[in-house]
Amino acid sequence: MSRLIGYAAILAIGIAAPYLFPNYQSQMAELWLFIVFALTWDLVGGQMGYNSFGNVVFIGVGMYTCAIVQVGLFYSVTDYNAAKGGGQTVFTFDVVQYLEGLAVGLPLAAVAAGIVAAILGSAVLGMRGHYFAICTLGLGVAAGQIANGWDWIGAGSGMVVPHAPSGLGETSRFYYYLAFVLAVLTFIVVSWLYSTRFGLAINAIRDDEDKAEAMGLPTTRIKVTAWVISALFLGVAGGLLGNLKRFIDPIEVAFAGASFGVWMVLMVILGGKGTLWGPVIGAIVFQLLKEFFWTYLLGWQRVALGLMIVLIVVFFPQGILGFLRERFPERFGHKVDPALARGAAGEAAK
Amino acid sequence: MILIQAPVITVDLVLNGLLLGAIFALAAYGMALVWGVMSIINIAQGEFVMLGGYVAVMMYWGGIHPLLAVPVAALVMFIVGWALYRAVIFRIVDRDLFVSLLATFGLSILLQQLMNTAFSGNVQIAEAGLGTMFLFDGLVTLSQIKVVAFVLAIVVGGCMVVFLKRSRMGQAIRATAQNARAARVMGIDTDRVYAVTYGLNAALCGSCGALVAMAYSIHPYIGLPYTIRSFMIVVVAGLGNFAGVIVAGLGLGAAENLAGFILGAQYQLAFVFGLLVVVLVWRNWRLAAKRQYLK
Repeated sequence: MSRLIGYAAILAIGIAAPYLFPNYQSQMAELWLFIVFALTWDLVGGQMGYNSFGNVVFIGVGMYTCAIVQVGLFYSVTDYNAAKGGGQTVFTFDVVQYLEGLAVGLPLAAVAAGIVAAILGSAVLGMRGHYFAICTLGLGVAAGQIANGWDWIGAGSGMVVPHAPSGLGETSRFYYYLAFVLAVLTFIVVSWLYSTRFGLAINAIRDDEDKAEAMGLPTTRIKVTAWVISALFLGVAGGLLGNLKRFIDPIEVAFAGASFGVWMVLMVILGGKGTLWGPVIGAIVFQLLKEFFWTYLLGWQRVALGLMIVLIVVFFPQGILGFLRERFPERFGHKVDPALARGAAGEAAK
Repeated sequence: MILIQAPVITVDLVLNGLLLGAIFALAAYGMALVWGVMSIINIAQGEFVMLGGYVAVMMYWGGIHPLLAVPVAALVMFIVGWALYRAVIFRIVDRDLFVSLLATFGLSILLQQLMNTAFSGNVQIAEAGLGTMFLFDGLVTLSQIKVVAFVLAIVVGGCMVVFLKRSRMGQAIRATAQNARAARVMGIDTDRVYAVTYGLNAALCGSCGALVAMAYSIHPYIGLPYTIRSFMIVVVAGLGNFAGVIVAGLGLGAAENLAGFILGAQYQLAFVFGLLVVVLVWRNWRLAAKRQYLK
């Protein structure tokens, strides 16, 4: 019962937030997208043990797909990108066109990212441990470099996402609610997955892949499926992020391995790897810290973020939830024998 | 194909690629050293190259001939590497590989952002003031500094090999690489060995960076490609295979230059990173046939 009230309270806060803090709508929309990034990263990285630096590929693919569909339904993408944003006055969209573009573009973004994940995943997911991590790092940068050289999608000068028509109300509020719905949906799907056999299977792969395979699990198929699921959500999130940023730079925004790519890992580590709520908490804390750095340490914000990565990874790898679980195990449903706990504390003191 | 019709262009590209490849091999040798001894894959490798390059650029600004920067950069970077080991790396030596991967990734972002804030994102060159060589009746041009850099890279690498083979510290490093526990039992201070290894790696990268700054150019974001190239070379050559590292490095340099010509310069980096993926997938696929995987 108290759990239901908790969920209802979170939903209520989520719905009311743009009216409570109207100045921070785009930051809060970004926060919901970060929660999607962190939850989907943790599905593969935390629960399945495949640490990927390359999930930005799906964000980028979703972002470009959505923007190209939004434009391509009504105009020629070549002409649009040749105008380099200067054509914004020529290539206008009315409310119906804009909504139609989004309604087609976002699902297609998910499908495109899913297909890319299926293809890349079946090639790459046979690798383990740090080889997988570095290979996905390479994938992310390679995708960015290809987008950087591809003229049809604007090459290095990027692509301007269609501006929202004025009939739609406030743009950032519109995208806030889309991002909010996506985050809630992701959370529901992910937490449902963890309660199924599939969740047990990916945990088995994390704990010992060889044994899981020996027990008859089709490990490769499960790994690819998990990556595709996370890519579906990341594709939509990428489409939304592109519309929120309004400008797609191939290296700084779409395939930003050194920002979004690392940030999503950091959010999960900060919150607690391999837990359901860890990524959510990590994303919230991270977004607060990031906005704090951007406001008070202007010019040094990226230096501060780099320092934060090192500090968190080196000194706080168990994350907030991991720390709390160690500190208050009863709250997490672990039975603690008081005598044993005293003994352990005594051991630690020695 | 223009490459077949005009073999001189191919010769030009391959020669320039080979000269570049020696520099890659030098950085890769450092990565193999740290990987083999400490089991850490140092993502900050390319950032050490970049820092060494900035040492050369600063000496050039100060009016000192940048060739002198090669030993100076090595010395400065040895200290930087030592300090980084004492501050951060020693905490992650025995930890999960992903932790060290992420921590060195964080270090690399920190270093590149620091340099970006300090020196702006502009491309910098340390002009060595050497001329150009012409081969084959002037059809193939090689700038002399690239040749000098090639030779120096080989010399630095050779010094490193001799150091590892002959000196007491080198023996201690190789002993630790074979079995750290046994080395500790035999009275080797492995913590100090790790510090020296990490410092030596940084020094190798630093001299490599000084060569890059003279023969090519540097900016704060060149790091990651160098890291990836080093990693690729080590994966192809195998740990502790010095000859393999040289061959793979030279081959990568030539392949990259040819690919940059065929695909267009804007896709050269995409080729490097794509090649990494292909190399890893291919090696893993070969191993999977034997029910094994890359370890």
